[in-house]
Amino acid sequence: MNQTDWKLIKEIAQLEKTPQGAYNIRRNGELDSRSNTANIEITTKTEPGKSGIDIRIKPGTRNESVHIPVIITQTGLSELVYNDFYIGEGCDVDIVAGCGIHNSGCETSQHDGVHTFYVGKNSKVRYVERHYGEGEGTGKRVMNPQTVVYLEEGASIQMESTQIRGVDSTKRETKIVAAKGAEVVITEKLLTHGSQTAQSDMEIILDGEDATGRVISRSVAQDNSCQVFYPKMTGNAKCFGHVQCDSIIMGQARISSIPAIVANSVDAQLIHEAAIGRIAGDQLLKLMTLGLTEQEAEEKILDGFLQ
Amino acid sequence: MLEIKGLTYQVEGEAGRELGILNDVSLTVADNRFVVITGPNGGGKTTLAKAIMGLVRPTGGSICWNGTDITQMDITQRAKLGVSYGFQQPPRFKGLRVRDLLALAAGSQELTHEEGCQYLTRVGLCAKDYIDREVDASLSGGEDKRIEIATILARRSALMIFDEPEAGIDLWSFARLTETFKAIHARREATLLVISHQERIIDLADEIVMIQDGKIAKHGPKEEIFPQILSNTVSGCSYMMEGAAQ
Repeated sequence: MNQTDWKLIKEIAQLEKTPQGAYNIRRNGELDSRSNTANIEITTKTEPGKSGIDIRIKPGTRNESVHIPVIITQTGLSELVYNDFYIGEGCDVDIVAGCGIHNSGCETSQHDGVHTFYVGKNSKVRYVERHYGEGEGTGKRVMNPQTVVYLEEGASIQMESTQIRGVDSTKRETKIVAAKGAEVVITEKLLTHGSQTAQSDMEIILDGEDATGRVISRSVAQDNSCQVFYPKMTGNAKCFGHVQCDSIIMGQARISSIPAIVANSVDAQLIHEAAIGRIAGDQLLKLMTLGLTEQEAEEKILDGFLQ
Repeated sequence: MLEIKGLTYQVEGEAGRELGILNDVSLTVADNRFVVITGPNGGGKTTLAKAIMGLVRPTGGSICWNGTDITQMDITQRAKLGVSYGFQQPPRFKGLRVRDLLALAAGSQELTHEEGCQYLTRVGLCAKDYIDREVDASLSGGEDKRIEIATILARRSALMIFDEPEAGIDLWSFARLTETFKAIHARREATLLVISHQERIIDLADEIVMIQDGKIAKHGPKEEIFPQILSNTVSGCSYMMEGAAQ
C-alpha cells in the first residue's frame, strides 16, 4: 500500500495503520490484507460470479471491531461486491466500512457494495460507513451502496453514513427490518457540490412490537448539485418511529425530500419532519460579530450542521 | 472612546417617501462608561446599536471607535477592533453546541471546562447542563438569550452592546445578570452600551440616553435623566394621570 492508499484509508476509516481486531482491506478489486480473531472470521465468497466476503461473528462477542475498507486508485475499475455479516446472539460490536476512490484518470471508477446484516437476538451493532472521493482526473467517482439489515428480537443497529464531497454520483439504498423490541438509529450526513447527484432511498420496517426507529438525515447541497431523499418508515405493530430530514441548500442546487410514514397498526406511532432552507442570514451575521469572515462563518455553520 | 456624529439612517417608505429611522444622532461615550439607551418602541434604539456593529449601514454620519473611523468597515473588521453586540433575538444553530459558540466568541480552538463554566455561571446557567447542548430550537427563549449574553462575555471586547438583555429572562437569572453588568463596570473591563427598559439596569448606569423618533431626546447623568423619564411616563398618559390623581 502506498501513500495515496493510506490517505484514502485514513479518510474513510480514520486509520493510520493496520487496525486492531479483525479486518479486510480490499484494494483495486482484490484482497490486500485480512486478519481474523478468535471470534470473528472473514472468508472470501466462493459462489461463482459473486465477489465479496462473509463475516461471521460468534455469539457473545463483545467489544470487538471489524474494519472492511475498500479503496480504488485504478481509473476505470468498476466492481459489484457482496458482503454478508452473520452476527450471533448477544454481541456488542463495531463495524467500520467505507469506500475511498482516487481517480486520476479519465474513466469512471465505480464501487457498488451490497451489505447484508443478520443481527442475532439482543446484539448491538454500531455500523459506520464513510464515502470519499478525490483525484485530479476527469473520470467520475461513483458509489452505490446497498445496506440490508435484519434485526432479531431485542437487537439494535446504530448506523452512521457519511459522504462529504468527492463522490460524483451515488444511489444509496437502505432497508432495515426490526423485530420485537429491536432498535434502529440511522444518522446520514451528506454534502454534495459541483454537479454531483445523490439519491438515498430508505425503508425502515418496524415489524415487531415495541420496535423503535429513528432516522436523522442532514445534508448540504452546494453549487449545481442535486439530492433526492425517500425515507420511508413503516409500522406493523405497536412501535415508535421518527424521521427527521434537514437540508441546507446553496447556490443553484436542488433538493427533494420526500419522507413517508406508513402505519399498518393502530398502535404504530410515527412522526416525520422535513425541512430545506438556506443558511439563515442572522446566523452568518451573528458569527461575523464574533470576528469571523463571512466565508469562515459559512464553513462553521456547515461543519456544525454536519457534525 | 465611541464618537457618533450626525448618524442618519433613512429608508424608503410607502409611495417612495423617505422615512428617517435615525435622524442626525450624535453621541460620545467615554471609555468604560455604562450607558443605558432607553426610549419608546420604534424610536431607533436597535438601529443605532446595529449601526455601531455594522449590521445596519447608515445613510449619513460617522462612527469612530478609539480614534478609528469605522463607518465604512464591515462587521468582521469592527468585531476585531473590539466591538461586540448581543442580539435581541439571537439566531439558533442546528449542530453548533454552546461550547462551540463560546469557543468561537473567545477566539480559541477549544474551550476549557473552567472557561465555559465561568461564562455560563455569569448568566445564571449551569455549565454541566448546557455546555454540550446544541444552540437549536430545543433551548427556551430565555436560555438562548442567556447563551447569547455569555458569548459577549467570552469575547472580552472593549465595547459591549446589549440589546434588551432582560427580554425573556426569568426573575432569578435577571438578578444574576445585573450582578454581572455591575461587576464588569466595577472592574472597568469594558464600555457598556445597554438598550433596556428595566429600572434595575437603568439604575446601574452612569449615563442615560433617551431615543425617540430617531433622535436623542435626552442625554445626561442617570441622576438627572432618570427622574425626568419616570415623571414623563406618568404625565404623558391621561389614563395614568387619572390613576395617579386618585
